[in-house]
Amino acid sequence: MSTPGNLNSTQATLEVRNLETTFFLKSGPFKAVNDISYSIQRGKTLGIVGESGCGKSVTSFSVMRLIEGPGKITGGQVILNGRDLLKLPEDQMEDVRGGEMAMIFQEPMTALNPVLTIGHQIDEQIIRHRKVSKAEARNRTIEMLQLVGIPSPMERAQNYTHQLSGGMRQRAMIAMALSCNPVMLIADEPTTALDVTIQAQILELIQKLQVQFNMAVQFITHDLGVISEVADRVMVMYGGQKCEEGDSTQIFSNPHHPYTVALIESRPRFGNRVERLKTIEGTVPAPHELPPGCPFFNRCPRGTEECRMLKPPVVEFAPGHTANCFHPVV
Amino acid sequence: MAEILMEAKDLKKHFPVRKGFFMREVGSVKAVDGVDITVRKGETLGLVGESGCGKSTLGRTLIRLYEPTAGTINFRGGNFLDLGGKQLREQRRNVQMIFQDPYASLDPRMTVGQILEQPYEIHNLFTPTERLAKVQNLLKLVGLKPSHVNRYPHEFSGGQRQRISIARAIALEPDLIICDEPVSALDVSIQAQILNLLKDLQQKLNLTYIFISHDLSVIEHFCDRVAVMYLGKIVELAERDTLFRDPKHPYTQALLASIPRFGEGRRDMKRVLTGEIPSPLNPPSGCPFHPRCPHKMDICPTKMPALIGTTEQQKVACWLYE
Repeated sequence: MSTPGNLNSTQATLEVRNLETTFFLKSGPFKAVNDISYSIQRGKTLGIVGESGCGKSVTSFSVMRLIEGPGKITGGQVILNGRDLLKLPEDQMEDVRGGEMAMIFQEPMTALNPVLTIGHQIDEQIIRHRKVSKAEARNRTIEMLQLVGIPSPMERAQNYTHQLSGGMRQRAMIAMALSCNPVMLIADEPTTALDVTIQAQILELIQKLQVQFNMAVQFITHDLGVISEVADRVMVMYGGQKCEEGDSTQIFSNPHHPYTVALIESRPRFGNRVERLKTIEGTVPAPHELPPGCPFFNRCPRGTEECRMLKPPVVEFAPGHTANCFHPVV
Repeated sequence: MAEILMEAKDLKKHFPVRKGFFMREVGSVKAVDGVDITVRKGETLGLVGESGCGKSTLGRTLIRLYEPTAGTINFRGGNFLDLGGKQLREQRRNVQMIFQDPYASLDPRMTVGQILEQPYEIHNLFTPTERLAKVQNLLKLVGLKPSHVNRYPHEFSGGQRQRISIARAIALEPDLIICDEPVSALDVSIQAQILNLLKDLQQKLNLTYIFISHDLSVIEHFCDRVAVMYLGKIVELAERDTLFRDPKHPYTQALLASIPRFGEGRRDMKRVLTGEIPSPLNPPSGCPFHPRCPHKMDICPTKMPALIGTTEQQKVACWLYE
């Protein structure tokens, strides 16, 4: 097995610097990811949270270099174990995807092929990335299916996706993603389509495997409850930009960006009932309506003229806890 | 105690499963299987459970969108199931529905004005000018602009479309509205707007809601009483605060333990329920929860316990409390 890069303990597994992904639309270019930087250490989880259209999924797809026209990565660096992925030729990038870095999705059916058996697909991936025989690959497949808690893995390997329940499909997709020992896992809303009791099982599984594989995990979700349960660090996004970043406890107990504050207050909080929810007035602006400055400007109770026109400064409140805002809540 | 608006007894809705060339009936999905429920005037009754538990089917059967297989429904003091033709149409004015998907529940080829006038047309109410005034008033009530009447659904955001669905549901001044996952498809910040709107309208128009959701945080926020369903049956029914403070049924307990809570940091997930939800096509015998239940006893697979009151505020169907 390859152990790429240098693995001293301070180096982040994934480091994203000033990433920018632009969609060239009829209405003009639109930066779906606008100057995003973050890093994830080995064994740690970064949660990216935000509402539809905030750019959290585009960020993940950009890291995997899975952006297709009209979108294009227009700037920045994506450094995985010391290598800038944006500079790699496509064939080497293919080695990275599913090898060093894997991704799981909300809907397993988008990642799994309905006309091939589960086992066949996982075998294929292992053979693509490792020099092993078919029989060896199948052994590894069965081992993986067992690891993710699929009962009778020998038989299940011969099933097609439609023969599995939603939770089992999610497990199969996780088995496939982890089959080549990735150092980095990107999980894009992996439990959103699942029932709560099944969601709890899958979250537990991801955390267990993270420890076992010592992976860095980038976990994308719109669900604040899920994020606070799985993430060590949290990044809040809005309109393609970073609003706030910090340790999970800092973000939830002491939020500073007006959007983070509003997001937390607008969600019914279990066991903490209020008669009336706070709301964020208005709706997320369309891409061409985004102001040149802070994307949250038109819904922000603290917005001023400078917010509309200028990019907000990064303010640090505690080590590692920052908000990009002219008028943060303190 | 508040006046009872609707009461259903031993309500069942079974869907036949057909197979083969002759489409012979080979079995049935017992989506709702022997439910007793009362709805009090002015309250919000929550129906909660995981996919396939029958919460949506129960909601739809209660207002006869589905004809029940067995059981009785009493609505506004009369037998709802006996009604037909004109009388049924008349009574249906009093029950309305809001669906989850505001994209699918509005006709894309009709303007908002046409959509909102339709209830009046169907029931032959008002002159065209009166209708326009009514529609503009409805739009104001739900927080949209009267000038929106000539726009089409695609010109609105998800939250605004849900407002249009709500306007349509209140057009005929119904007593009861079934809200089937009304905020599940919306972003968090928009959910709060819609929940607040529903609450305001309830007070203003004296509405009764049956609120269906899989999201326990939303249920806790919004409902006065809550019925927890599992595979076609109500396993626990209680006042909100009682249910969330002291859940009795092992399934309710597991459900509450599974909710990710924010602000409490990383949490051990020891009380995670094992196993999957069984197929409603072939539910387990006796109490359908027994294969996943941590307190399973000998009697559980043999007989379904009745929903009985442990206190005035709480009813539970579990052998632990018999």
